[in-house]
Amino acid sequence: MLLMCGDETAPEIAPHPAEEGDEAEPCWMPWAREMQARGVLLVEGSQLQPSSAATTVRNSGDEVLVADGPFAETKEQILGYDVIECTDLDEAIYAASRHPVALAGGVVEVRPVLASV
Amino acid sequence: MTHAEAAVAEAFRQEWGKIVASLIRMTSNWDLAEECTQDAFAAALTKWESDGVPDRPGAWLTTTARNRALDRLRRSKTEAAKLQEVAVLSVPEEPAAWGDSGVPDDRLRLMFTCCHPALTLEARVALTLRTLAGLTTAEIARAFLVPEGTMAKRLTRAKHKIRDAGIPYRVPPAHLLPERTTGVLAVLYLLFNEGYSASAGGDLMRPDLTGEAIRLGRLLAGLMPDEPEATGLLALMLLQDARSAARLDAHGELVSLEDQDRTSWDEAKIAEGVALLQAALRRQRAGPYQVQAAIAACHGEAAQASDTDWAQIALLYGELRKFVPSPVVDLNRAVAVAMAEGPEAGLALIDELAADGGLAAYYLLPATRADLFRRLDRREEAAANYRAALELAPTEPERHYLAKRLSEVSG
Repeated sequence: MLLMCGDETAPEIAPHPAEEGDEAEPCWMPWAREMQARGVLLVEGSQLQPSSAATTVRNSGDEVLVADGPFAETKEQILGYDVIECTDLDEAIYAASRHPVALAGGVVEVRPVLASV
Repeated sequence: MTHAEAAVAEAFRQEWGKIVASLIRMTSNWDLAEECTQDAFAAALTKWESDGVPDRPGAWLTTTARNRALDRLRRSKTEAAKLQEVAVLSVPEEPAAWGDSGVPDDRLRLMFTCCHPALTLEARVALTLRTLAGLTTAEIARAFLVPEGTMAKRLTRAKHKIRDAGIPYRVPPAHLLPERTTGVLAVLYLLFNEGYSASAGGDLMRPDLTGEAIRLGRLLAGLMPDEPEATGLLALMLLQDARSAARLDAHGELVSLEDQDRTSWDEAKIAEGVALLQAALRRQRAGPYQVQAAIAACHGEAAQASDTDWAQIALLYGELRKFVPSPVVDLNRAVAVAMAEGPEAGLALIDELAADGGLAAYYLLPATRADLFRRLDRREEAAANYRAALELAPTEPERHYLAKRLSEVSG
């Protein structure tokens, strides 16, 4: 899994999702095409709504504690994710390095999914 | 030592890395590979004593280790073990060498995997020493002055990361090769420097680490004959190591290059280093290790300190900073300029460097400045800088050396 992180207020890192009727190609399309051509399988993925839309949930005893906002108030937020299938870490590193968020100055965390076999 | 023990010790030096590397390729199981290789050497100790040393000790050890791995996989009931067993049986025992079919030596794969950038630098160094050089966890822990348990955890974590993150066991493809090769060279040179000028503790040198670094450097240069930087690194390490006997005096105190007894330099190592460097340079793809080796060769080939071609060294440092722009390189260049053109020229360069602030915590900046003031007989300025250097020097022998100089200029 690729977890995209960066400053969500920076428009080049977290672009506004395309409006309906917008003819322009989404910025991740060239990336997706390149990955497909390399044999990296894109399982799923999405940009996320800004962290102002986040809700944090935890249990405390019998009580469910709900809070507004992300679990960590940091300068960088989780912006989106992609689940990809590739042969090894080098391929995943390449996919991460070519991702639009990484190219725009964001950070991509590469995490293997548990028991992906 | 009996004949058999000597043969096992020699085989350990020659074959350990090769056997571990091939077992990792066969089983993808690093712990199993290490343990079975260990077992094979233990078996060799008793078997070779009673039956004599086999004609091909390496083949004997590889087969023994492989059979041991098969035994253990068969006894284990897990699915993963069954898959590994099938893999071991289907893999040829001795793949062709790199040159014959483009199949790389297993040790080269192992080196690239151990030095993968997704591992921490400490983990890369420790894994390389454990799997390729065959040092025990205790030995590595001692070399890096950490408790054995800490080192064991570091190694385990690294092996888990390789497995879980899917770090490939291979020589990287062409588009990654230059960058990854640089990474491998950096690990070997770090290992060498850790041995050559220990970063902590009372000992100034730890020859066991320099020896391992040279051995691994020799291996890498042999496995990558088309990579002049690998040869350049080996040349550099040999040329530096050649001076090691002269670096400390009878009391364990640091002797400056200028004052070293050059007759105790290892001429054979210098000759080998120079020959390797020339071979690398003929490929006409210069790089930072070749340039540094060329600098070391300038020193190595000067029979007396006064014969040193400082103008050439200053030029080479100018080349080096194109590859590695670093204030430390600039400082060395300033020293060379001072030697070639006079202390004032060097001091002017050092003033520029000090103004940049990048070397604020580096003891060699004030130490160098002190030395140049001393040459100009500006004693007070020299003393003030020796004092500043003393505060920053990392090891005891370096502090001793500076204190000695300080008392000379204060006297």
